[in-house]
Amino acid sequence: MLAVACAPRDDGATVQFWALGHEGEAVARLVPAFERSHPGVTVRVQQIPWSAAHEKLLTAFVGDSMPDLFQLGTTWIPEFAMLGALEPLDAYVAGSQTVAPDAYFAGVWDANEIDGTLVALPWYVDTRLLFYRSDLLARAGVATPPRTWAEWSAAMERLKQSMGADHHAIFVPLSEWEVPVVLALSQRAELLRDGDRYGNFESDAFRTAFAFYLDLFERGFAARAGAGATASVYRDFAEGWFCFYLSGPWNLGEFATRLPPALTDAWATAPLPGPDAQRPGVSLAGGASLAIAKDSPRKQAAWQLVEWLADPARQVEFYRISGDLPPRRSAWQHPLLAGDARAQAFRTQLESVRAVPKVPEWERIAAKISRSTESVVRGEQTPDAALAALDADVDAILAKRRSLLPDAKPAAE
Amino acid sequence: MAMQRRDNLAWLFVAPALAAIVLFLFVPVFASLLLSFTDFDIYAVADLRRLRFVGITNYQTLLTEPLFWQALRNTLYYVAVGGPLSVAASLAAALLVNARLARLRPLFRTALFLPVVTTLVAIAVVWRYLYHPRIGLFNHVLAGFGVAPIDWLGDPAWAMPSIIIMSIWKNFGFNMVIFVAGLQAIPERLYEASSLDGAGPWRQFRYVTLPMLAPTALFVAVMTMIGGFQLFAEPYVMTQGGPSNRTLSVVLLMFQEGFRFWNMGYAAAIAFVLFAILLAGTVLQWKLRPLDGGSS
Amino acid sequence: MRLLRSLLLHTALVAATVLTLLPLAWMVAASFVPEGGSSDLLANLRAGSLTLAHYEALFTRLDLARTLANSAGLAATVTVISVLVNALAGYAFAKLRFAGRDRLFRILVATLVIPGQLGMLPLFLLLKQLGLVNTYAGVVIPGIASVFGIFLVRQYALSIPQSLLDAARIDGAGELRIFVSIVLPLLRPILVTLGIFTFLGTWNDFLWPLVVLTDDRLYTLPVALANLLGEHVQDVELMMAGAVLTIAPVVVLFAALQRYYMQGIVTSGLRG
Repeated sequence: MLAVACAPRDDGATVQFWALGHEGEAVARLVPAFERSHPGVTVRVQQIPWSAAHEKLLTAFVGDSMPDLFQLGTTWIPEFAMLGALEPLDAYVAGSQTVAPDAYFAGVWDANEIDGTLVALPWYVDTRLLFYRSDLLARAGVATPPRTWAEWSAAMERLKQSMGADHHAIFVPLSEWEVPVVLALSQRAELLRDGDRYGNFESDAFRTAFAFYLDLFERGFAARAGAGATASVYRDFAEGWFCFYLSGPWNLGEFATRLPPALTDAWATAPLPGPDAQRPGVSLAGGASLAIAKDSPRKQAAWQLVEWLADPARQVEFYRISGDLPPRRSAWQHPLLAGDARAQAFRTQLESVRAVPKVPEWERIAAKISRSTESVVRGEQTPDAALAALDADVDAILAKRRSLLPDAKPAAE
Repeated sequence: MAMQRRDNLAWLFVAPALAAIVLFLFVPVFASLLLSFTDFDIYAVADLRRLRFVGITNYQTLLTEPLFWQALRNTLYYVAVGGPLSVAASLAAALLVNARLARLRPLFRTALFLPVVTTLVAIAVVWRYLYHPRIGLFNHVLAGFGVAPIDWLGDPAWAMPSIIIMSIWKNFGFNMVIFVAGLQAIPERLYEASSLDGAGPWRQFRYVTLPMLAPTALFVAVMTMIGGFQLFAEPYVMTQGGPSNRTLSVVLLMFQEGFRFWNMGYAAAIAFVLFAILLAGTVLQWKLRPLDGGSS
Repeated sequence: MRLLRSLLLHTALVAATVLTLLPLAWMVAASFVPEGGSSDLLANLRAGSLTLAHYEALFTRLDLARTLANSAGLAATVTVISVLVNALAGYAFAKLRFAGRDRLFRILVATLVIPGQLGMLPLFLLLKQLGLVNTYAGVVIPGIASVFGIFLVRQYALSIPQSLLDAARIDGAGELRIFVSIVLPLLRPILVTLGIFTFLGTWNDFLWPLVVLTDDRLYTLPVALANLLGEHVQDVELMMAGAVLTIAPVVVLFAALQRYYMQGIVTSGLRG
């Protein structure tokens, strides 16, 4: 009973590793091999669901109970760097045989550098593109996946005719910000302006993207529902309730495992359609990195695990288990990836990705974006009113940032 | 001399409890008040020197923040609609269980009380699936009656009513037991006297039961209201405040601002506004109590 | 006509009972059918295709046995400490004389209006200073003294005959001795009630453990269940098994001790 009252005591060399989502399950399978090749270091993997991860990491930081090593979403790096929670890794990289900056995709490495210091090591890359039921698309009379927005709309119109009532051409959960943002990026919109200190959602580029997004619902291509409306995306995809789905590489693995054998060849991936033939679709430069806690007493041990996971062979193996894509170019040459058409779509897309604004407030801004788009789709606001309100909200969120970075530029637009 | 010793030891008896209450209730609440006058946020978490005293700015912000009013509206809706319905359900159940003709009373009472002891999080998980538009039990039943499926948790108009329904189901047993005790405390002779005067069951209910039950009803109403304002776990587990923020409660907003975005100054201000409203509501109910039979 | 009234009454009672128990019955049934079977529950039940797979998964893959032990151990510890602390205070407020006793008690009762979440944020920061984040001590501490518990004990203790206590004092017994050998036995019914309340409250507590505990080895059942939902929202049947596991122990406890529990509610309600 007394033992229950205290926190569990670890021996000095157990690295506490927080892994998020299904990566947690995947990496837990790799860890035994690491422990075998590194005697004296033990690792305890704790899986945290993505939905609670941001909260839990911040709470742990404030409460002085951070793990030694943790997975960090790329968009959170600026925030945690600002907090001083991350151990700078330049020295570790310099002394490493396996890790070198130019082995990685440039944009991805850049996202992990704040003010010139590397604060996290890219673990896997993530971007969003089209997953779709190729058989349903064929049945609707569309031979190849769309490359432009015009083709895309036409394809969805065909799908709408062929799929019938209650079915939808595309699944777009209203509570997620990724879809409208990805459309905006494809329109080459700048989400923030003036050194990322003001919202820029009333720009022409964003308006155009927003209009396309709204159109999906207006024309009945997407259901007006949040993510909770489906008990299981996989079941719905398998049963053909929708055809297109904007998602990320983790679903390469999930779809492979969760879809029934009959559908093994019935789905495919394709890069995002661009607004027109001259401009390919742009997607999010996302993914996750591994970060070491600034105050960890086991930094060396943690770095050993990071380095081990950064080895190209291990990256390929991780891909095999989880479907998460390697951030190192050499890993992509492995037959497993080179020969996988679905993964190659990601390779193509990765040449055309952009990061979201590197501000600590990104999570809040993203929440505002999804709330704003949802309100228009549900008919609570007109698009113009919503975008004006969004700009006002984001300006308010960034007020503290402006006071800390007084590059006094007038707020005129 | 003996009186002196009793005094000292008396303090010893209350010391552990008082120490805990002062240290872990009073101090944090007071600190919360102070916090609400600062702009404590994620930047301050990084560097405490960035903390600024901002007076009533947080309160001003939240009074002009549409999200706060939405949360307040939602919470008031929950309290004003869910509260009376819950009390009515409890009273109805109490009347049934306490009826003279009722057999197997302990059995029914236990069954009706069961939801009260269950874990809210587990129940919220179960009801989330019961409410599922396609595979949920409720729409299954509705379909059996030829009624179109309702998107219980996804339709902004239905989301809060769905939470209210679940909440009533979970809690009505508690007040039912209190009402039963209150009913049993009504002297039998009052009923005998009124039936001698020719009063039927409905008149007896109106002129004997209800007045005698008033103090109990007041207690139940106040406790239900206090609990209602603290709505949190149901929307947290079932809807995360959605859809369209229609189930965002004040406490959920406070939690999100405080523990997700670390705007602790702002969150503390929200908490205090809630407290003020709660206090006002309690005092109001107290003032409106029937003049006879007020308790302690 | 009496028969008709009785029939109507009992129909209403049975209907109410069925409606009340229906969600729980669904929960239990769904936890035993194979994956995906809950959308066609009746068919699966009739076909008798039941499985323990989800419970197995909970105990093996997801280590819920440890979580169960955590909840039980934590609830038991809090109950013992809390009942003792509240009994001491409640008795003192009822039977011992000291300056400001009644005024202090009224102030305490007034604090019942304060929502629990009001001081949550600074309390978290305080615990961090004490190094108690992510420990059970941190989870337990806010619940040690409860005004509700003190209130309950005090109301009950008022009925202890003063003469009994005075006689013991005249015999030279110390206050502590009187408390242990005379008062505690007399308070037993209310202490059992308070114990049940506290155990249930701690078992079902969600928000505070959610905030304080970061290590999943320390999780209590409600927190683990919410965590499970984050990852396995599509696995209906697994979630139902988790829900059953969370609810079953307290339901059993309640069924065994319900008389005391009901009594406790009544005592607090009538004097309220």
